[in-house]
Order: sequence, then structure tokens, then C-alpha cells
Amino acid sequence: MKHNTKTLALILTAAALAAGCASKVPLEEKKDVPVETRSGTGAGAAGGAGSGAPASQVTTVNTGASQATSAPRIVYFDFDSFTIRDEYRGLIESSARALAGSRNRKVVVEGHTDERGGREYNLALGQKRAETVARAMTLLGVNGDQVEAVSFGKERPAAQGSDEAAWAKNRRAEIKDK
Amino acid sequence: MTRPLLSAVAWRRRDWCVGAAASLAVLRVSAQFRVEISGVGATQIPVAVAPFRDEAGAAPSLGVVSAIVRADLERSGVFKLVAAPNVVEETAQPNLPEWRARGADALAGGSVARLADGRLDVRFKLWDAVKNQDLGGQSLAVPLADMRLAAHRIADTIYEKITGDKGVFSTRIAYVTRAGNRYALRIADADGEGGQVALNSPDPIISPAWSPNGRELAYVSFESQKAVVWVQDVATGARRKLADFRGSNSAPAWSPDGSTLALTLSRDGPSQLYLIGREGGAPRRLTQSSAIDTEAAFAPDGKSLYFVSDRGGGPQVYRMGTGGGDAQRVTFNGSYNISPAVSPDGKNLAFISRLGGGAFRLHLMDLASGTVTALTDTNDDESPSFAPNGKLIIYASTSQGRDVLMTTTLDGRIKAKLLSTGADVREPVWGPFNR
Repeated sequence: MKHNTKTLALILTAAALAAGCASKVPLEEKKDVPVETRSGTGAGAAGGAGSGAPASQVTTVNTGASQATSAPRIVYFDFDSFTIRDEYRGLIESSARALAGSRNRKVVVEGHTDERGGREYNLALGQKRAETVARAMTLLGVNGDQVEAVSFGKERPAAQGSDEAAWAKNRRAEIKDK
Repeated sequence: MTRPLLSAVAWRRRDWCVGAAASLAVLRVSAQFRVEISGVGATQIPVAVAPFRDEAGAAPSLGVVSAIVRADLERSGVFKLVAAPNVVEETAQPNLPEWRARGADALAGGSVARLADGRLDVRFKLWDAVKNQDLGGQSLAVPLADMRLAAHRIADTIYEKITGDKGVFSTRIAYVTRAGNRYALRIADADGEGGQVALNSPDPIISPAWSPNGRELAYVSFESQKAVVWVQDVATGARRKLADFRGSNSAPAWSPDGSTLALTLSRDGPSQLYLIGREGGAPRRLTQSSAIDTEAAFAPDGKSLYFVSDRGGGPQVYRMGTGGGDAQRVTFNGSYNISPAVSPDGKNLAFISRLGGGAFRLHLMDLASGTVTALTDTNDDESPSFAPNGKLIIYASTSQGRDVLMTTTLDGRIKAKLLSTGADVREPVWGPFNR
């Protein structure tokens, strides 16, 4: 799939121009939303005093930049499977040892799926993969509050493509430092 | 402001048949979408929409009122437009037998005027050319930014007078675009025009859901590197975290009265359904299974909801009361049925079914009989959502390797393709009548 950011920018500009207003208003900073700005793009110069806000008004919220994370340790899964393959037991044990020896450290386990199927069902499937890895770590002595299982479903593939090679790289759980 | 119109009963009873169905292709270029329509209904009603007086200079950047009305009626597949090159005002006394001779069963005309306070006064009138009758009209005073909305409301009135069903031309759709690593939650008119951005993010956005009053969108954003459910006021941009519990928070669905949302949370382990108040607070667990329960959709009476569970092995649609209790399985054909959407009258269930070859296709179940029909012949259908009048379903699919939005009638005969100009589009959801 091709992505044309220039065209998107044109669309956004056109939408802003059509609405006649695109001033950016910085708002309060939030803890996990580093920067959030809103810009009114519906009100425009329409009407006069007392005409009320247009029913078509939409105000844009911009979230902050995506946060960079350290290189993850990755556990891959077979198709339609939530079982940890033997080859990854060592990786999970070493991750668990490091956490058990340092109770202040925390990790997040992100579950991912391949692209086939619905977004929400895949989110739940990815969550199940993440839970499997997180549970394996707690069984190895990690405290429950040191590891959080989350899911991106099929939303953040590691490899692009619609073949088994890409799908195999995308069926995974990533262990990331928090 | 609205003068009452005559009953539509006489219109509905008339035989509008125009012979055998022919194929129709309409191409329109717009800022956000190119719209392609294929197929027509068994009958098409010939109508003429004349240019409105003084409409050309009213708000050229937003379009021309009568052209928007014509495009709406044509896109519905229900009407055939009869040429009407000259202005007809709402105060005119058109020679209706002459319009009848030109093939028009109905005629609409009107005017656009700028009021002293800057608003537009958009007026129109509808005539029945067959019965040689004035069917009344409307005067809509709107801010300039709502000119397209006024035109869509006129199209809605014409549609309702002639078909007896409420029109959805003045409703909005929300959807998500992705261009590279930029995601945007967008809102557009039902014709794909007037697109505006509600949320820009470098992280994925999924599962938008309109509040029943049309003012808020719930959605799942991954901006904090996990799935969190937000609710955002569309007009002001004010937003709040509805659910940010340990694990994933997803699949928001509003109750019909807008007081409650159903969600999928993994805070207690497996992905399960919970209910939470619209302002947040403590969620109440609804399902108690060791399987995946997700994608809740309320029945219109608010007393039960449909959802997806893989408690029987693969994912299937189930139904249960919002007060809890046992769930009954609803889908039985095939091994993978997801993304249920209930029609506004509660009689039909749209969902996505995986076929033998790995195709994901939009299906419709008549809930009374259990009869299931495939509505498309495409392979990557996702995310069905009913128009508030129940006459159309919008869904995501792919066409020639691109993500597209599609609408279909419930019999699958008339489809419209909304091709975006720059980004991939997905996760469409049709807003309510209110806005």
C-alpha cells in the first residue's frame, strides 16, 4: 500500500481553507499525552453575532509524538497459537530472572497478530499472546505489578506484506522495558 | 421555520416503476473522496431539481445547493434526475403538466439569500407533477458553514416525502485514515464531502463509535502505547479517558440512551465485556467466560447486546441481556463470524463472515428467520455500520489493493464506493440523525 503524505497535507489544508479557520491553540499538557493541540476547523467566519456555532463544527485534537522505546525481546508464535515455543523459553527465563532480581524494574509485554481478521478480535488475540508470556514470567517469580500485558492486535505489524513470511514475523509478543 | 408538508402516502402508493434495472455509474470528484455507484434499484423515481435563485454566489467554496441536492438524490439509487437547466424559485408557479411531459414526477426549486446577520436563508418547495400539486416547502436559516447541511436537509425532506422513509443525507460518518505513520479520525458528511479531522495521531486509532446524540465519539487510541478508550466532544475537541485500566481497553459501544457504554477490558485477565457510565467510573463486568468476549453492539431497545465470543472454539456472534445471564449463540454458518451491527429496527444483524478461501465478507442475517445473505462479492470486508434509517450499511473493504469505504443497500443491489484521494481508509461508522 502506498502512502502519500503530500496529498494528505493537501486534503488537510483544503479542509482548513474550506472552513476558513485553522488557528492552533495549545492546551494543557497531560502526563502520557506529551503535547496536545486543538484547532477549530468548523466555525470559520460564518454568520454574525448570535448565529450560534455551526452544526458542522469539528475541532481537531493533535496527540503528541509517538514515544521511542528500547529494543524489545521478541517471542514469535505459530498460526492461531498462544503456546510459547520451546526455543523462547530461555529468553523468557532470562527476562524473568532480571526482573526477579530487580523489583523496581517493570516491563510491558505487547501482543501482536498477523493482518488476517477483524481489528478488535485480533486485539483480543494479541492480548491473549501477551498474557501467556506475562503469566509465564510471573510463574518464574516476577511480581504481577512488574509486568503488564497489552495488545496492538494487527495495528503495528513488524513486517509488511500479505504472505506467510510477513505473517510469521507479525505473530509475536514483544517484551519492552517500561 | 418549517412549514408542514403534505402526507407522503400518496407518493408511496404510486407506481414508480421505470422498467428493467440498468447499470448506472456516477463519477464525482470531491476533496476527500471519489464516489462510484454501481447498480440501481428495481424502480427509479424521475425528479427534477431546478437551480435555486441566487445560489451560485452564496458560498462557492462549499458548492451549489441544488447541485448538492441532485447529487444526494442520485447517489441514493432511488431517483433518476430529469434535466432542469433554468432557475425555479420556491415562489414560482411552475407549469407542472409541462414538467410531467418532460418525464418528471416531481419538481423542486428554491432560493438562497444572505441575511443581515450573515446567515444564509435557504428556501425550497416541492411539487407533485403527476397530481399537479404543491407539496409545500421549507426555509432554513443557517450559518454559512452549514450551507451543505441545509442542502442535505432539503434532500432528506424530498427523499422522505417521496419514499416515506427518513433520509440520511444530512447525517455524518466517522472513519480512520492512515497515511504512512499518520493516523486521523475524520468526520465527513454522508456524501464523503466536508471532511474534517477530529484527531491526529502517530499511533493507531480504531473502533470509533458515535454517541446517540451525535455530539461525541468514543474511540480506541494507542497514543499511550496501549489501547485506551477516549470520548471526545466533536465540536469542541474536549476529550476524556473513559477507560485506561491495566491491560487493553477497547471496543466501545454506546447504549441507545447514551448513558452507558459497553467495553472490552482485559484488566481481570481474559478480554471480557464490561459496562461503564458515560463519564467513566467503576466498570461492571458483564461476561464471565474464560474465552475472548468482545465487539459488543446494543440492540435498539437497550435490553440486550450482541457480541463476539470464541467460547465455542472460533469467534461467533452471541446475544445476552444487559443485566447479565446466559448468552445465546446467534451465528452458526462458518467458523469465523465477527463485528456484529444491529439495524435500527432491531430486525437485521450485519456481520463479517470468513469464507472457506480466507475471504472476509459482509453478511446480513434476518434475525426472525435466521436467514443469512452475503451482501458483497469482495474479500476484505470489515466494520459494518447501519445508516440511521436502516436502508444502507457502510463498511470498509479493499479495491485494487487500496482500502476503500463502501455503502450497500440491504439487498446488496446498489453499492457506492468512496475512494479516498490520499490515505487508506477504514473503520467507518455512521452517525445518528442528530448532530
